[in-house]
Amino acid sequence: MDGEELTAQQTALYDRQIRVWGVDAQKRLSKAHILVSGLNGISVEFCKNIVLAGVGSLTVMDDRLVTDDALQANFLIPRDDSLYGGRSLSELCCESLRDFNPMVRVSTEKGDLAQCGIEFIDKFDVIVVTCCSLKTKIVINEKCRKRTKRIAFYAIECRDSCGEIFVDLQNYTYAQKDSDGTAECHLSYPSFQEAISIPWQNLPRKVSKLYFAFRVIEKFEFSEGRIPGQLSSSDLPSILQLRKELCDAQSLNESHIPEELLERILVAGSKLYPPVCAILGGILGQEVIKAISGKGDPLKNFFYFDAADGKGVIEDISNPST
Amino acid sequence: MATDMKAEAIKRAKVLMVGAGGIGCELLKTLALSGFQDIHIIDMDTIEVSNLNRQFLFRQSHVGQSKAKVARDAVLRFMPQINITPYHANVKDPDFNVDFFKQFNVVLNGLDNLDARRHVNRLCLAAEVPLVESGTTGFLGQVTVHIKGRTECYECQTKPTPKTYPVCTITSTPSKFVHCVVWAKDLLFAKLFGDKNQENDLFVRTGDGSDSAKPTDDPFTRGLDEDPEQYGRKIYDNVFGHNIEVALANEETWKNRRRPIPIFLRDVLQDKLTQQNGNFEKNCLNDDFSLTAMSSLGLANPQEVWTLAENSRVFLEALKLFFEKREKDIGNLTFDKDDQLAVEFVTAAANIRASSFGIPLHSLFDAKGIAGNIVHAVATTNAIIAGLIVIEAIKVLQDNFQNCRMTYCLEHPSRKMLLMPVEPFEANKSCYVCSETPLLLEVNTRTSTLWDFIDKIVKNKLGMSFPLIMQGTTLIFEGGDDLEEDVAANYALNLDKVLAELPAPVTSGTILTVEDLQQELSCHINVKHREEFDEEKEPEGMVLSGWTATEKVTEVVSNGQSTSGTIPVAAEAINVSKEVDQAAEMSGTKRKLSEISKRTDNLEALDANNSINPQEVEDNDDDDDMVMLDHIPESNKKKRLH
Repeated sequence: MDGEELTAQQTALYDRQIRVWGVDAQKRLSKAHILVSGLNGISVEFCKNIVLAGVGSLTVMDDRLVTDDALQANFLIPRDDSLYGGRSLSELCCESLRDFNPMVRVSTEKGDLAQCGIEFIDKFDVIVVTCCSLKTKIVINEKCRKRTKRIAFYAIECRDSCGEIFVDLQNYTYAQKDSDGTAECHLSYPSFQEAISIPWQNLPRKVSKLYFAFRVIEKFEFSEGRIPGQLSSSDLPSILQLRKELCDAQSLNESHIPEELLERILVAGSKLYPPVCAILGGILGQEVIKAISGKGDPLKNFFYFDAADGKGVIEDISNPST
Repeated sequence: MATDMKAEAIKRAKVLMVGAGGIGCELLKTLALSGFQDIHIIDMDTIEVSNLNRQFLFRQSHVGQSKAKVARDAVLRFMPQINITPYHANVKDPDFNVDFFKQFNVVLNGLDNLDARRHVNRLCLAAEVPLVESGTTGFLGQVTVHIKGRTECYECQTKPTPKTYPVCTITSTPSKFVHCVVWAKDLLFAKLFGDKNQENDLFVRTGDGSDSAKPTDDPFTRGLDEDPEQYGRKIYDNVFGHNIEVALANEETWKNRRRPIPIFLRDVLQDKLTQQNGNFEKNCLNDDFSLTAMSSLGLANPQEVWTLAENSRVFLEALKLFFEKREKDIGNLTFDKDDQLAVEFVTAAANIRASSFGIPLHSLFDAKGIAGNIVHAVATTNAIIAGLIVIEAIKVLQDNFQNCRMTYCLEHPSRKMLLMPVEPFEANKSCYVCSETPLLLEVNTRTSTLWDFIDKIVKNKLGMSFPLIMQGTTLIFEGGDDLEEDVAANYALNLDKVLAELPAPVTSGTILTVEDLQQELSCHINVKHREEFDEEKEPEGMVLSGWTATEKVTEVVSNGQSTSGTIPVAAEAINVSKEVDQAAEMSGTKRKLSEISKRTDNLEALDANNSINPQEVEDNDDDDDMVMLDHIPESNKKKRLH
């Protein structure tokens, strides 16, 4: 890649990672603009990783004020009420993130991303959303897909010790390296809406039970008008009812969505498990670095981790034709 | 409720973290967020600029300060109510003895070198404290759990030892760039700037056995008033010109090899090179480590490969700067990858030598990676691995041992998995560390000295720091700082004696007992006399065997992700065990993946052990850096040889 060379300061700071992904990738990173909407345990982990990696800029959006819930698994905000002074989560997190790497521009933006105009969306190469409803995810994802330039879209979710990452790189071409050399590789990603609309009986046989469980919970929250994570064990009967309806409609055996898994997620509610946030934030950081640099095989298109069995699994949920 | 019990177990726990580097920073943060209240952390290192891309608790302004202390302060800022006890110290210090380890419920390693890992493993075994061990390289990582009586210990499987080179490859017949780097760093740099009393093989020629090349008049002796520039030119012509001519005279060596070309300065730099110099003022002299030759020569890009002429200029300029600006260091310098001038000198010297031998030249960035054994590291992998460590630690604290897993973090998915859990292996019954199996040592007892045995076997192979060696009930040797002077002097007398001539002779059939009191490790060694050793394959002149139980399979597939093809990862076989719900899919496969444990983040500590003979230099050249997964239809049961 042409263009200006990295400065001596950049070379010294990024020495160890340039040895992983090369100078060209580092230059691309330094020109990338990332937007994160929603700040929770996973997304702050991701923000840390991407600021350390040396992206061009990071913009964070989350107007919520500090609550005990918002503080869990968040290492960017000191546990000291006197510092908050009515400032939003994004303002407080931004301050710490700037400290991590003076070469990255970290800024905040107010408002709701789903309501933002296209001029705003166009400023970014990567958009990551979390703490938002099914509807919001779909709306933002569609906005990204309508732009002429590619905006990589990621949606992340953490429930109890389980996590989900959704990736939409639209049409993505990269150089795949293997022992025989380099081959050009094309991937075509479905949108979030397209992916979750694929009939369950058409999915590969061994799709993670987490995929189905997340769909049931997400649908429940949406139809009940709940804030994501606003759940409790008293919701179990309704959730089981919804599971039955969905499974019947899609000809899936209910045993694919174990009751104890749903119960575990309900009991945890909005509680986050910090090690899982670190793991998901790490995987997401890696994926975004891959997508920006064009180096390495990006994951397509869902990733699941459950601390209960320790597996980190990639699921390809797309129509063979898409 | 299960979650309350978990929270209670976490709250009550007292944990020891060893290492506050790449994994350590992430680990300390995740432990604090997860509710741990009492965390002790040991790290001997101080913060460097190249740490800041991933060790996110540290800032530019912390460079030079203790990692353990700064990490503590940083975490207390967002979690002020917990207790973190930092130790800016070496985990091998005698203060950290078995009693110290016994106070902890679990020990978590985020270390960067084999030596310290082995030491902590032994203390954990002796103190009967569970150990969660980890390592990362690039996008790869692993977490393993070691519990005495339940799983294998860290040393049950042999770890890949550093690749060694025969002396003559380095001194006479280099065929790869790494050989030239080793020569430049361990021989030439050491000879010019290091301890003059150290043995140095710069002039050794093997092959005809005559070793006639040692010059009677040592050109390295610098006259009292000799101009550094003149001296540099003399050294240049000597090592790159004259020495190659001498080597060429030995026809036998070059029968099946490409003949090197002698390089003399007059052929490379026709013009008077002084006109290129004279920019010293640009060098900020308040910091020796930032002194640079390349920038005053107009070479700015460390990624660029310099021409032979440019390398020659850097060589002369760096040498001159050493003598003019850092004279006080000369005689006790060892190569340090953070010493800019040293890196420039070694890069230039290695490249000039490479030109001579028809080996492709490399950039300063690449040469630095090879010379400094730099392992690439990114924040994301460390964060993932730290998360996995905490998950395992919590299982250990809840006595939930049957659910403990070792987990591999992969770059390319295997059976859809990027994070692959595997059941821990059983202890190796012939492990000399966690069982009492005797070892076998083949040695020439009439030529090998007691010191050879202590250095090559007891320290290097068995990893003991303060050994005590007994022949029957007779004490032959005792190491340690607290010995009486006369006792120590008495032992010293024995060091140069060959084994068979010790006061209590060691010959075929002798059983030696070797103990390290700090590690509470004791093992028996059966001695067998042997006359001959293969210089190439057994350069140490002795062979230790007995616990090398697991076979090693090395097969590395490059995926070319890295800019430098120079990252060392030795491959080792691991097995995938049955997983409960996808047993069918998983079973019947055996996987290989990189053994990452030895080479991880922040290698600062490793470097100290690394300025050694060419026989002991690590290979950075042969392997690419990526994991390979390869299916071998074999039993999924862990193989154990006895």
